[in-house]
Amino acid sequence: MGKDIREDIAWAQINKDVLKSIESPKRMYWVILLIALAMIGVAVGCEIYQYTTGMGVSNKNNSHVWSLYIATFIFWIGMSHSGTLLSAILHLMHADWRKPIYRFAEAMTTFSLMTAGLFVMVHLGRLWQVYYVMPYPNERWVWPNFQSPLVWDMFAIATYLSSSVLFLYVGMIPDLAICRDNIHAGWRKKLYTVMSLGWEGTDRQWRNFRITYLTIACFLIPLAVSVHSIVASDFAMSNMPGWHVTSFPPYFVAGALYSGCAAIITLFIILRYVFRFEEYMTLPIMKKLVRLTFAIAMVWTYLNLIEFASVWYGHDQTAKDQLIFKATGPYAPFFWAMIFFGSILPLMLAFKRFQTHLPILFVVSILLNVGMWLERWMIISPSFAHGHYPWTWDHDQWPSLVQWGIVFGSFGWFTLLFMVFCKVFPSVSMYEVKEMVYHRSLALKHKPAVKGEY
Amino acid sequence: MSITNLLENWSDFRQQHPSDDRPHREYKWAMSIDLDACTGCNACSVACYAENNLPVVGKEKFAHGHSHHWIRIERYWDNDGREFADQGAQFLPMLCQHCESAPCETVCPVGATNHTADGLNSQVYNRCVGSRYCNANCPYKARYFNWYDYPTTDNVWPEPMEQQLNPDVTVRGKGVMEKCTFCVQRLTVAKSNARSEGRSVLDGEVLTACQQVCPTGAISFGNLVDPLAKVGKQWMTQQVELNKDKQAKNAAEEAAKVRGYRILEELRTYPSVMYLEQLRESAI
Repeated sequence: MGKDIREDIAWAQINKDVLKSIESPKRMYWVILLIALAMIGVAVGCEIYQYTTGMGVSNKNNSHVWSLYIATFIFWIGMSHSGTLLSAILHLMHADWRKPIYRFAEAMTTFSLMTAGLFVMVHLGRLWQVYYVMPYPNERWVWPNFQSPLVWDMFAIATYLSSSVLFLYVGMIPDLAICRDNIHAGWRKKLYTVMSLGWEGTDRQWRNFRITYLTIACFLIPLAVSVHSIVASDFAMSNMPGWHVTSFPPYFVAGALYSGCAAIITLFIILRYVFRFEEYMTLPIMKKLVRLTFAIAMVWTYLNLIEFASVWYGHDQTAKDQLIFKATGPYAPFFWAMIFFGSILPLMLAFKRFQTHLPILFVVSILLNVGMWLERWMIISPSFAHGHYPWTWDHDQWPSLVQWGIVFGSFGWFTLLFMVFCKVFPSVSMYEVKEMVYHRSLALKHKPAVKGEY
Repeated sequence: MSITNLLENWSDFRQQHPSDDRPHREYKWAMSIDLDACTGCNACSVACYAENNLPVVGKEKFAHGHSHHWIRIERYWDNDGREFADQGAQFLPMLCQHCESAPCETVCPVGATNHTADGLNSQVYNRCVGSRYCNANCPYKARYFNWYDYPTTDNVWPEPMEQQLNPDVTVRGKGVMEKCTFCVQRLTVAKSNARSEGRSVLDGEVLTACQQVCPTGAISFGNLVDPLAKVGKQWMTQQVELNKDKQAKNAAEEAAKVRGYRILEELRTYPSVMYLEQLRESAI
């Protein structure tokens, strides 16, 4: 297999290539942007209708009170985890192949968290009172209920979002300085000037920068794990059959990393094409990414089986009925689709020939995410359709077009934020790629011509 | 759960019952429903609509499951190998069980649903943000959400129905959760009357709307703390205890005559509503 990156790329060339991405992308970029805007339009229309009319238009009912909004909320929260995996965990592990791709993965983290945050609001019956969830000083000394996992959610997501924005920004400072120095005058020049905080690349600046970056990375890792564990507690802490499972937090975290990695593959391919990043987002890096995804897919499959097994061998008849209902009831096609897309399809990634075949990977990675989205939906809806109490059993609610519209539009919203980011900020980390090239060329110089010569 | 629980022995906490450390002193409102007497006539449900200003959502929304019957009559067919006509349906009026350890209360992010000193599970409409977590965690699904803004919807209270709206009860707007209150407006009046006379509320002094209209007297409601109350006596004879998640019925012989049970007791919700099992012909 080839090299992760060519050792002989000149540093000036790296600057040039990356800066080109913020100047002139392919026409496909604008097409994607327009499609994203149209999708957002659909969602905004649906949300206005729902806001003015009432939650009833989403077609939920009194025994089936949560549906696609919460499922998609978990999906987007999950998506945000791989950015941290690539940028923080792999950073600590000195896996340098992450360097050309971590920046956009970290941006993905931030933007998918923002999208997830919107779903919390879309879901609320009284959106205009959302600030009640926050502890703010008020004359009546009324506080949120700190026992509620939803309040933990609010704290966890707010913390994670602010820290990952900070992490993304701090990691970008040296690159912003490059942009500042190279771009022609205009509003962007001003933006980069302000944002690069007077970066000159002195030794002292680099030293402080490294320490700051490492500190935030260390801070972010436990946060990432805790965020999805807390989202899992929304379910695990309740008494619904099918949710009341102790293994939910690790299961959710694994699922999160899984869908995030799949999304990185998708975006990798799109960016590589749209911004002509063939030199940086290389096939060997893709291969490593695919292997990582495959490993996480297997972890997820294992945890999924654990969940089924613990229900199956447990003594909770309701939970058992629930599982059987999932596999054989009206949701069976989606359940089995989830198993197929989530556990069977990734087996393809184990074969070398598919690991670098971009068109196939593009389709597969999207299907993996479809599977992961179905997983979240299969956690929410069947549990409501077959709860503890028999009265709930006939209330099978198919989500209305309003719900589907908003879910659909959220993908547009994410794409818009992401694509605008990639156009305004360097989506490949220039200074880290240079570092990588430098280290590789050093290694090449010191490498013995014949093994064991020293 | 207080900070002391966190610092002390957790296993004790798990063994504790909801009102162990703070027992109800004056009032503990409770109900018992005799399923043998229930004919499934739905009068309770209608009375509840009238008393509590429940929106009449209409056929179409009802079919979508958007109904607001705080007390609903559930129908179960258990033919036991016989024809429906012989056996008939079994009816079960389901309302908020006012659990002593209510799953809905712990999960509400804004603390809109709370436990009162009288053992009621209360809902603060003004505080509710409509996350619907309470309903998700309610094993009885006895909570109802305002899917639309019913006060401004046509034909919810068509002329002259709006004239019969109960002035003691608020009309709920869109996006809040609501549920049976045990007719808290009546309880408040009765308590205040009793207090001005320097006594406690007597048994039978306050009736819930559903109890008031039940033609067969299947519903009894009262103060569990009051030793003279009918509901307390019923709980006693049926050997159902508030703070148990598993009822110890005395002797097997005795147990045959005892019909009292609470729904989904094993979830440790400690409901305040006791049901008396229906005696079927096949069971005798």
